[in-house]
Amino acid sequence: MTAAAVTVPRAGARPAPAWPSYRFELTKLLAQWPIRLALLACWLGPGLIVAVISQQSSLPADTLFGRYMSQTGWAGPLVILSFSGSWILPLLTSLVAGDIFATEDRLGTWRHLLVAVRSPRRIFVAKALASLTVIMLLAVGLAASGIVGGLAAVGNRPLVGLDGHLLAPGQAATAVLVAWASVLAPTLAFAAVGLLGSVALGRSPMGLVIPALLALLLQIAQLLPLPVVVRVALPSYAFIGWRGLFTDPAQTGPVLIGVTVSLVLAVAAAALAYRLFMRRDFTDLAYDGSGRRVLVGAVLPLAALFAVTVGVIAGATSASGSGIDGGKLDRSLATAFGHLYRMQTAELHRPGVTEAQLRTSAACDKGGSLVANVGAGNDWRCVVTWRLPGSAAVGSSIYQLDVSPDGHYVADGDGPQEVNGFFQVHTATGDVPNPLWQFNGSIDLPTPISPS
Amino acid sequence: MGRMPETPSDDRMHETLAVRARGISKSFGEVVALDGVDLDIAQGQVHGLVGPNGAGKTTLLGLLLGLAEADRGDLEILGSPVRRTLSVPDGIAGFVDGPGLYPSLTSWQNLAALARLRGDGSDGIGDALEQVGLSDVAHDRVRGFSLGMRQRLGLAAALLTRPRLLVLDEPANGLDPSGTRHVHRVLTGLAARGTAVVLSSHRMDDLAALCTEVTLLATGRVVFSGPVSKLVAETSDLDYRLRISDPAAARRVAAEVPGLRVLEDDDLLRRRDAETLLVRGAVAVLDDLVARLVGAGVGVRELAPVVAPLEAAFLALTAAATTPSEDGDL
Repeated sequence: MTAAAVTVPRAGARPAPAWPSYRFELTKLLAQWPIRLALLACWLGPGLIVAVISQQSSLPADTLFGRYMSQTGWAGPLVILSFSGSWILPLLTSLVAGDIFATEDRLGTWRHLLVAVRSPRRIFVAKALASLTVIMLLAVGLAASGIVGGLAAVGNRPLVGLDGHLLAPGQAATAVLVAWASVLAPTLAFAAVGLLGSVALGRSPMGLVIPALLALLLQIAQLLPLPVVVRVALPSYAFIGWRGLFTDPAQTGPVLIGVTVSLVLAVAAAALAYRLFMRRDFTDLAYDGSGRRVLVGAVLPLAALFAVTVGVIAGATSASGSGIDGGKLDRSLATAFGHLYRMQTAELHRPGVTEAQLRTSAACDKGGSLVANVGAGNDWRCVVTWRLPGSAAVGSSIYQLDVSPDGHYVADGDGPQEVNGFFQVHTATGDVPNPLWQFNGSIDLPTPISPS
Repeated sequence: MGRMPETPSDDRMHETLAVRARGISKSFGEVVALDGVDLDIAQGQVHGLVGPNGAGKTTLLGLLLGLAEADRGDLEILGSPVRRTLSVPDGIAGFVDGPGLYPSLTSWQNLAALARLRGDGSDGIGDALEQVGLSDVAHDRVRGFSLGMRQRLGLAAALLTRPRLLVLDEPANGLDPSGTRHVHRVLTGLAARGTAVVLSSHRMDDLAALCTEVTLLATGRVVFSGPVSKLVAETSDLDYRLRISDPAAARRVAAEVPGLRVLEDDDLLRRRDAETLLVRGAVAVLDDLVARLVGAGVGVRELAPVVAPLEAAFLALTAAATTPSEDGDL
């Protein structure tokens, strides 16, 4: 026997250091081919898609900012952002966070990992941080690729905002970056839900798809005519709240509420996951999650949190109903029309005019006199009027509005011909899309309903 | 639980023990996995843990690795008391329920990650892989490894930690003869350098070849713990197969040997050929038989136990421990 063998060791050896534990988890994640494939797709895909689409004559006008993809490189990353918020980011959180605990169950490596790390707490933190790192890498890849693709294919040009005002390239860059940063909060929330599902359901495939299922449910919920306080309390609202950043002045309420709600959910879901994880009996080889554990340890607390969130938002914003009414649409449409009219004037080299000189106003009506002027729908009809300097005549134009429950609308012009009758206008540099023929707008849902 | 007073010789013995367990009990709900287990494992000893499925072997190995804590009893590992989960001292390595490897990583990456977790460099990885005969697949992903290769890599992972107590659950699973030789060489080498090795196995040939002592568990209780030779000696009658030159004469001679029973085919549930004689008896009785056969001019061409002595002892002791008593209790 050697001398070393009889040395009395230190009782209760220390856990493995934090950095190697984190690095180990990161190594395991990055060694998986689905993760590598996702990284490749996120860092290359958006750039290629934006570059190709922006060169085509037919643009995705039904997607926010899609109609401007050929005019500025900053529209592309916003199109990617719109699509990512709905599907890609939740799916990526499923792939990474939804599997990070379950994979140890599938491989039967929990005991090995516990013996090596000697601290369930450290294992949890390392796994959570590693999955967060990979998710951030994926999200940053989506943003960076979209931006590079857009700027390379179209260029660093001004971007038309959601109220028609023109953002200079620098302003557009800032707004795009802030918009992408804002969706990191709901991405974190979905990642935390993924961790919770992965911890609670063990090797069951249900754990893997929980963020994706949640995204699907929330997508459906956003299409329903929910009260505004319920809508903005949903974590998915932060995926669309960034739209308000592209108005002047910026509608920061939705994005701030969305980010706050998402961060609260992220912390709560991560805490529940931690609690479940620390209570797990790792000597039980037959452990495979349990329905009761999920219900009591995850679903009920999160449902309670949602109810509290709705109550807090209701008290803080005094918003009610759908958040959509004629007064908000009147102001939003008039503002957007004024900005876009000025842009059209400049494109056509007509005498310059300012929004103040135009004195634009709008009057919106939903479905005729028998229907109240509130709520989403494609039956909004608005009359826009404006004045030109030095002329006593009052111009007017009609727009059909398709208003989504989330506050986004598409305004489709219906004459006069010289204003919004054609989808293109002739400029000195060639035909370009007519900014007044069809455009997107957004109203601030959480602000109180205005008197109509 | 209360402790018996220890004598000075107990203290000296205590100092050399890698594992000292007294009255260890562990239950999972209504299921009693371990029931008052006492166990002493000296440093430098290869100690076998055997028992039928559900006997509590894996639970006991899990306690030694610190994966669980006992409900009752005292456990000291490498001289340190262990009272909580994951509070075992440094110097313990091993695996239960498979070696716990990550298939998407290479052999080297699996070991390097473990080394980093211990705060070590990757200096010992090459040597550990060399010891278990996996140097040539150091940079192959574990995904393509056979069960035997994974077992050997698991052993390499344990070696990397320079353990003073090595705990292995079925380390011979899936090993071919070459792999078995590698593993045996490594384990005996470790023991020679003072490492205590605790291994569970259903392969009695492995245990007989490696272990100096064994502990037999049945329904969570220790039914034997001590040297293998003592266990074999305690098993009174063994079955032997003799290949002889004259079976008819041999059968007549055997029938006259006191304390020896000539077995029919059905007794062993296996066939024998015409030149074979199957008998059951103690070693001394068998000596008597051989002397008589030689005296009668019957050539003895082969003499071997039908079941290895350790296996026979295992079967006898575990069967006794699990056979219902007269009042019906297990």
